[in-house]
Amino acid sequence: MSNSFKYAVAEDGICTLTIDQPNSATNVMNQDFLDGFRAALERALADDQVKGIILTSAKSSFVAGADLKSMEVTLFGKPSAKTLYEQCWEFSSLLRRMETGGKPVVAALNGPALGGGFEIALASHYRIAADVRGMMVGLPEVGVGLLPGAGGTQRYLRMIGVAKALPLLLQGSQLKPDKALELGLVNEVVQADDLLPAARKWLLGSPDPVKPWDKKGFQVPGGSNPMLPNLAQLFMGTAANLQANTYHNLPAPLAITSCLYEGMQLPIDKALQVECKYFVKLNLDPVAGNMVRTIFINKGEADKLVRRPAGVEKRAHKKIGVLGAGLMGAGVAFVAAQNGIEVILIDRDQAAADKGKAYSEARLRKDLERGRIKPEKVDAILARIHPTTDYAGLSDVSLVVEAVFEDRGVKAEVFAKAEAVMPADAVLASNTSALPITGLAETTRRPANVVGLHFFSPVERMPLVEVIRGRQTGDTALAHALDFVAQLKKTPILVNDSRGFFTSRFIGAFINEGLTMVKEGIDPALIENAARMTGYPVGALTISDEIGLDLAYKGAQQQAQDLGKDNKPGSSVDVIATMVATHGRHGRKNGKGFYEYAADGGKRLWQGLGDIWPRRPEAEQPGVQEVKHRMLYAQFADAARCIADGVLMDPADGDIGGCFGVGFPIYLGGPFAAMDTVGIAAVVAECDRLAARYDAERFAVPKLLREMAAEGKTFYGPNRVVPPARQVTRA
Amino acid sequence: MTEAYLYDHVRTPRGKGKPDGALHEITPIQLATQMLQAIRDRNRLDTRLVEDVILGCVVPVGEQGGNIARIAALNADFAQTVPGVQINRYCGSGLEAVNFAAAKVRGGLADLVIGGGVESMSRIPMGADGGAWAMDPQVANKTYFVMQGISADLLATKYGLSRQECDAYAVESQRRAAQAWAEGRFAKSVVPVKDVIGLPVLDHDETVRGDTTMEKLAALKPAFAEMGAKAGFDSIALQRYPRLELIEHMHHAGNSSGIVDGASAVLVGSKAIGDQLGLVPRARIRSAVTVGSEPTIMLDGPATASRLALRKAGMSVGDIDLFELNEAFSSVVLAFMAELAVPHDRINVNGGAIAMGHPLGATGGMIIGILLDEMERRNLATGLVTLCEAAGMASATIIERV
Repeated sequence: MSNSFKYAVAEDGICTLTIDQPNSATNVMNQDFLDGFRAALERALADDQVKGIILTSAKSSFVAGADLKSMEVTLFGKPSAKTLYEQCWEFSSLLRRMETGGKPVVAALNGPALGGGFEIALASHYRIAADVRGMMVGLPEVGVGLLPGAGGTQRYLRMIGVAKALPLLLQGSQLKPDKALELGLVNEVVQADDLLPAARKWLLGSPDPVKPWDKKGFQVPGGSNPMLPNLAQLFMGTAANLQANTYHNLPAPLAITSCLYEGMQLPIDKALQVECKYFVKLNLDPVAGNMVRTIFINKGEADKLVRRPAGVEKRAHKKIGVLGAGLMGAGVAFVAAQNGIEVILIDRDQAAADKGKAYSEARLRKDLERGRIKPEKVDAILARIHPTTDYAGLSDVSLVVEAVFEDRGVKAEVFAKAEAVMPADAVLASNTSALPITGLAETTRRPANVVGLHFFSPVERMPLVEVIRGRQTGDTALAHALDFVAQLKKTPILVNDSRGFFTSRFIGAFINEGLTMVKEGIDPALIENAARMTGYPVGALTISDEIGLDLAYKGAQQQAQDLGKDNKPGSSVDVIATMVATHGRHGRKNGKGFYEYAADGGKRLWQGLGDIWPRRPEAEQPGVQEVKHRMLYAQFADAARCIADGVLMDPADGDIGGCFGVGFPIYLGGPFAAMDTVGIAAVVAECDRLAARYDAERFAVPKLLREMAAEGKTFYGPNRVVPPARQVTRA
Repeated sequence: MTEAYLYDHVRTPRGKGKPDGALHEITPIQLATQMLQAIRDRNRLDTRLVEDVILGCVVPVGEQGGNIARIAALNADFAQTVPGVQINRYCGSGLEAVNFAAAKVRGGLADLVIGGGVESMSRIPMGADGGAWAMDPQVANKTYFVMQGISADLLATKYGLSRQECDAYAVESQRRAAQAWAEGRFAKSVVPVKDVIGLPVLDHDETVRGDTTMEKLAALKPAFAEMGAKAGFDSIALQRYPRLELIEHMHHAGNSSGIVDGASAVLVGSKAIGDQLGLVPRARIRSAVTVGSEPTIMLDGPATASRLALRKAGMSVGDIDLFELNEAFSSVVLAFMAELAVPHDRINVNGGAIAMGHPLGATGGMIIGILLDEMERRNLATGLVTLCEAAGMASATIIERV
């Protein structure tokens, strides 16, 4: 057993338990931790000298919560429900023991206490939060498909009532100390130096070690009968809103609501068991595992630049150039400036460059009005953006982002201008979403320094950056580009250059399938609803209208030009051509696309679609499941080809890219996580069925996937396949 | 097989289901009691021969709890030997009570049974009984629960109905009800409700508004639009019916059933008991069914129930001379008419619940009586009465005059 818990009893009978897990920057709740906690607690309870207990931490945070990384074993090892229950109950019952042990415990929160860490605090008899930078308390488990299974739901409920507890739990709210105090979730907020003295003072006042709910006559605040009118409304509305917002795809919010609905009607010990059982249920559901893996584990590694080539010293970018002050360029400039980087923002004329800076001004002004930022900070950020037409400012930049028109000629021109001035070791990055990097690099002086940095709009909100390695991109430039992404606090995925990279072709598969179904006479409403029900934020027809049908049309024409006789137009190209060329419908931008757009912002599907592409009779319309599968499996097949062809080096990049960049349903974890969950053999069988029924190419399964099915290999886990791109050693 | 016959039926007039309604001062036990007494007195029944009292009551809590049927029988001075049971098949309870009575008779297990129902919506509001369907998150989630007003709008959208059509139907219901009252078509079966000193407190259906017009209804905002959008019910409905783009909201208080107080009683028996007591049977139960249907749209079961009742009776739609379908919402009847190709001059000819109100547990016992009276008035042979019920159910009964 480790000695994570330092035990010290003072003359006044106050025992201080200081949690200080060896060899870790944070206190993580693993088995060692639990054993140490139990031992220390029992010792304090048995010790006649001890009148009261202070629980605090020697780290910068209090307790970091459950060890999600070790949960990966649990989540994918498929232990039995019984085993999981015993594990969960071990912790919950330990906290209950602390709560009912007969001696007062005060949680002295020196730093953030989230998830399991806050559950420890909630089981304590008093909570004091230190008002330090970054201090947060809360129960965010819903965000990874779980719930707080050690009393979090039941103690929130009994402390502040259903109406207040429900939104906090469903949103996984992380609270600043003053907000937590206001809600009644902590008892005091003090300066850091006063934390332990305040804890001691409370204990010396001989406080009651019995919680309200362990006393006779206790009533849950706001009522404990869900059939009472106000609570009935709340539960009915909550259940309905969950279905409306999550389309039956997220089990965690429903489980949390049931913990409250059922728990409020039970005495706390029974209620804690029910909570534990719902926790186990979530653990057994593949959603939690997939969300933990993608959102927490894989994203965490990506944020730490796991793909960064070794042996290259870290580059701290202090000054960059942005070529093109349009929407994307302005966004990149904004985020860079927010993160302390000077930006030379260049455009063809000064007015355009100034307009690019105005993007930042507008957003900062909004934040200022809402009190989210101080005026000094606003000034500091804006001072870093230098709009100009003069390339001379690039002489001491470490990186340049090109964000001009998607036109080879225009790009070549600005590349040349920039390269004439910028340092030889600076990275030249293109934000292109469509033109292969290798080709762009060939027009430059130093192709080894050319890399793709594909940002997503709006840049300040979208966490993903698709980093594209051209055939000639060197390790140094790649490493420095990743350093830049990290400085912007964004999440990079690494993609090997090819047409459409990963994200563009991946979402393209989804859109293409949706639009193809329109020309087959399938109900447009069905196509759109099926997408939302699958968990995509919006349907294919909606996205197409938002992006602009005219842009898609231009892209298709460009591709035809590029590839000449080798061009294979997608199955929806004729749909787009008809909409744009024959009917002049460009999408939202000109008020008409697949939808008709009203002045008040409303929209309805265009009735004219049925005239161009006659609707199939009701009996011949597909079921919603078939429509869902067409879109999903078209993407599965495409993602599998990306791994097989070496576009992706690792399934994690595909999952992160899909979910954080282009709207793939997060509860599935991403295309590769989803394929593992469905089962590779089942994916192959379904793709073959769809290929035979609809189109051999769109659902074509790469040989790699068939081999995986035959060998029992998966994308993740102990039987993971080695992606072909990893098998190639770079010269 | 023994046949089951309808011998008599009575109903209270329907009082407005609010505190200012004429029947608000009358306890629900009293409403039920007076109808049991009426059916006893009109038929000079020796109540020792009544073998069961089955009353529908959809919100059996508070004053309506504790098996109101048995208690009403005692309170009506029926013989102590008369048992009673309260049932709940939601809005069709009154008809189901008659169906259960008929089943007992047909099965040879009883000779004389009273069916019917009671509901005082002004004193015991809808929903007061709670229940897991809407409230338990696991259940609501699993069953895609939506409020019934959303179901009505969903039904209207699915059948491509317009606001105008729904309002026009409502205007006609009011006109027909007003005309029926004016012509005394209900006179022989509506029994005025009396107070404790024997004075009548109500002798007509209080909520009829014969002067309803399209303009008046057009002023009403759709009642369920906000709930559909804000509470998420529209999204749930579309998840069940994904071929629809959105839910068109068109129902409001003016084209939905009225909230009222009322009670009914129906005398069901074998031929033998009729002969014994000198009672003339008025109609024979040909068939009686209840079906389950999709619970989210909730209200489209009557067509299925009717088709099944017809099949069991060896009949077709064309064999039915007259229909009564409870007017839960305009779309319920309009959708039914479209499904079975029933013309408007053969259904709800004396108006319906949109005009006269729908006292939940009692209605089924009322509209089977309205159907029978009108069949007699027009000298028609066959009739079908049906009601949609919550959670996706519907009951239908076919009667034939004798």
